[in-house]
Amino acid sequence: MSHGSGWITRRRLLRTTGLGAAAAATGLVSAPAALRAQGSAVKLGVLHPVSGALSYSGQQGRLGATIAIEEVNAAGGIKALGGAKIEPVLGDAQSTPEGGNAEVEKMNAAGVAAIVGGYASSICLTASQTAARYDLPYLVDVGVADNIVTRGLKNTFRFGPGFGVIAKTALDNLVTINDQAGKPAKTVMIVNEDSLFGSGLAKLLNAQLPERGFHVLETIPHPTPTRDFNNVVLKIKAQNPDLVIPANYYNEYVLLARTMQQQRVRPKGIYSVLGGAASSYKFVKEFPEAAQYIMDCNHWFDPRNPKALALKKKVDDCGEFYTYEVYMNYSCVLLLADALERAASAERPKIIAALESSMFSEQVMPYGPTKFVNGQNQGAAPVNTQVLGNDIQVIFPQAFATAKPVFPVPRA
Amino acid sequence: MLSPTILAPAILNGVLTGAVYALVALGLTLIYGVLHIINFAHGALLTATMFAAFFAHRLLGLDPYLAALVLTPLFFVLGYGLQRFVIGPAAHGDDRNVLLVTLGLAVVIENALLYAFRADTRTLNLGYAFDVVDFGIAFLAVPRVVAFGVALVVALLLWLILSLTDTGKAIRAVAKERLGAELSGIDVAHIFAVTFGLGTACLAVAACLLIPTYYVNPHVGNAFVLVAFTIVVLGGMGSVTGALLGGLFVGVVESLCGLYLGESLGQIGIFVMFILVLLFRPTGLFGARA
Amino acid sequence: MSRPSTTQIFLVIAVLATVPLLTASNVVLNFLIVALLIALAGQGWNVLGGYGGQYSFGHAAFFGTGAYLTAILQTRYGVNAWGAFALGIMGGALIGAAIGAVTFRSGLRGSYFALVTLAFAEVLRILASVAPITGAGVGILIPLDLRPQAFQFQSRAPFYWIVLALVAGSLIIVHRIEQSRFGAWLVAVRENEDAASALGVDATRIKVAATAISAAITAAAGGFYAQYFLFIDSGIAFGPWISIEALLAPIVGGIGTAFGPLLGAFVVKALGELAKLATGDAPGLDLVIYGSVLVLIVAFAPRGIVGLLADLRSRIERLRSSVLQRAHG
Repeated sequence: MSHGSGWITRRRLLRTTGLGAAAAATGLVSAPAALRAQGSAVKLGVLHPVSGALSYSGQQGRLGATIAIEEVNAAGGIKALGGAKIEPVLGDAQSTPEGGNAEVEKMNAAGVAAIVGGYASSICLTASQTAARYDLPYLVDVGVADNIVTRGLKNTFRFGPGFGVIAKTALDNLVTINDQAGKPAKTVMIVNEDSLFGSGLAKLLNAQLPERGFHVLETIPHPTPTRDFNNVVLKIKAQNPDLVIPANYYNEYVLLARTMQQQRVRPKGIYSVLGGAASSYKFVKEFPEAAQYIMDCNHWFDPRNPKALALKKKVDDCGEFYTYEVYMNYSCVLLLADALERAASAERPKIIAALESSMFSEQVMPYGPTKFVNGQNQGAAPVNTQVLGNDIQVIFPQAFATAKPVFPVPRA
Repeated sequence: MLSPTILAPAILNGVLTGAVYALVALGLTLIYGVLHIINFAHGALLTATMFAAFFAHRLLGLDPYLAALVLTPLFFVLGYGLQRFVIGPAAHGDDRNVLLVTLGLAVVIENALLYAFRADTRTLNLGYAFDVVDFGIAFLAVPRVVAFGVALVVALLLWLILSLTDTGKAIRAVAKERLGAELSGIDVAHIFAVTFGLGTACLAVAACLLIPTYYVNPHVGNAFVLVAFTIVVLGGMGSVTGALLGGLFVGVVESLCGLYLGESLGQIGIFVMFILVLLFRPTGLFGARA
Repeated sequence: MSRPSTTQIFLVIAVLATVPLLTASNVVLNFLIVALLIALAGQGWNVLGGYGGQYSFGHAAFFGTGAYLTAILQTRYGVNAWGAFALGIMGGALIGAAIGAVTFRSGLRGSYFALVTLAFAEVLRILASVAPITGAGVGILIPLDLRPQAFQFQSRAPFYWIVLALVAGSLIIVHRIEQSRFGAWLVAVRENEDAASALGVDATRIKVAATAISAAITAAAGGFYAQYFLFIDSGIAFGPWISIEALLAPIVGGIGTAFGPLLGAFVVKALGELAKLATGDAPGLDLVIYGSVLVLIVAFAPRGIVGLLADLRSRIERLRSSVLQRAHG
């Protein structure tokens, strides 16, 4: 019978789509009703530098955001809006502020309720400013520059930590780790990339390290890209610091670590702050010997959180590495979905108000309770990781730790 | 930091790095010397060769040093085709148009690689990549020493080709006097293409030498282009010996400036030197009087 | 077409000025503002490269000078934004004169000149990335202050009119050059420097003056960028991207013509947008198309868009006259 076969076909269709899975999971018997309760979609701008120099990070960021959107939609969309789906509006910032700016204009014209992403601080600065013209909520995914949230823009929110907090946390944790090990480290050398995040961090570290009893032997800035680290490593070798503190991007970090291995330079520890590769599964997989024992103070997920681990598995299955851009964007989208639920509206001022008062707790990051002050999440913090036995473990703070720190590095 | 324990290794490092720079510059100087074009696509072509070297190992298991034997002729042919069928015809012989064409090509190549292979940084972890040769005053990484040796050999080969073979002489003739060469019966379009092919072949060798210690992503070639331009001018445009000596010189200057001024400010050393040479000795430090 | 009259320039500007009155779309306005910014930078390049025949690969040096002076004077020395902008232009002219003097006095020409300008731009970029006064790696953020006195505006339209006015200014400058003796000397030097010198033209002085004018115009573009985006760093201010954009626009549009940079900037930017629309979200694909079309444009329009239009015009003329002949004969 035509009607019967039509029903069977629809049922088979439902089972193979996410909607069907959700319907099955929530035990909804009346499939046609589920199909009907779409509500109009809520558009979300997803802005990343997917081409140009920052393309890898941009693509990872986009991945995290789109996975989150799919999960939210599969779980029934925004229930307060009648099950409205989130519809992503993807944009390529082309690794430049002008590119980001142009995309924000287009997303605004497309009627997005909010924008997530940016990645680089320079892109986040201009994009959030443009979004502010339209009272368009802008959720910064990574961009750590402190001035992103100190401009008095009501629309800009950052769920993750800025580098002031990161530097302070890194230092506090370093002191604790050093004390616990019996204070083996006294002298330090800093190797930093010379643009916004690296030089900002180096400045903070140089101001605060002496106060904590460390002696900075030398600070070595370098450009991105740097073709060769042999001279940098020569200096490290000559001055033999107890601790090397790198703050740079993935490629340079890898070159530095490999060159140190080549030149047989083995300080008591490598303690990186926002190290490009120090807490990267990719680096550990490809250079296990060079990666051993490296510590990092960086963005990381909560290793005890099942949702974070489920996301990791999903990303691993996709054949990608589980990098910080992925889970930070994932978190921002979930934060926004939560705000949409609480606002029960897709209107921008209401979303901003909902974000301001957000106490979002369903997240995958090792943060304290969510509380936004001037757009900055006060609960945000980095954690300390260490590469131990071909895996990356959290060593600090205790609440999230999965292993004890190994410091100083055992003599090979 | 005048202590010899740092100075000597720094100079050696500079020489080793400079050899690879020289290889990249060799191609550029040939192309400039003969075609009189500034090849904006050189960086993107280097990126392409590095991807080729990477995949030769990843997909075919070919060690980069062996892959060079395959990739060099392959990229010679590709370079030949590029000049003969794309750049030459599109430019209608106008220098400024060649500039735009190579610029457009650079964008196409780099982004085609991005589209095809995504933005991930890829590296090869070869067994010998971390081996070092103990020179007493310095540890020198094996791949870099090999790169130095091969670069010298390639420079020598190129010089021999230019001096002794008929094609080489034709190339030199076209470089010196295009119209005269054409009137003498030399197929200028063919010579242009051969030169471009040789330039690209040099890049293929450079890529195979770099890949054991470096990484590859769609933007990697750009880091070498400006330095290569500097070397071409320093060495005298069109001079093979100039490119080799210039490369070694620039490598050492870069290394020492990096040591004394820091890696960031140190980069300025290359460009300041470049400006000074151009202002006071524009034919280059090592080049022939052009 | 390649030597427009003041009336033609006025008409073009007047038509362009009506755009904000016809559309409220900020997407369109932003696109046009960026295109006009590039046209301005390109017109600067055109004075030296098109009329003067000296190709520069380092116009970022002037762009960045304008941008940084505008930003630094405002944020560190409390100078009024408009004043800083004007000083940025003057600073650019000074740097242009300096670079011009140093390089032309050494007799550098052609590719050597192009490469030395590249080197100067790189030197400035590296210095800006380490010097504390430029904020070094961190860059400079101009604080948000949406008042006309601070050269910032709530709406995009005033920005549009300002950059349009700057472009109009540059067109008038170019027009004056075309009509003046200075322009004639400049073109003479471009066509055959030795012959011009032999006829008594002080080639070096002319070229230095052209560089200063060229630099001032591009510096204005830099200062405007700083005010429009409110954030610059060494890569943005002195990076190769702007050196390339500044030469791409005039060459594509028609080198050595007044409207060339304007046409070229629009075409190049529109090309980028169309490529994006055509390819959707695949990273890099739009730029592959962009680069390919660029190569095709050069292949089929070697004298730029202006040249193409001139060819078209002469073809129509010939068609018309042949039709008339046949009608009469």
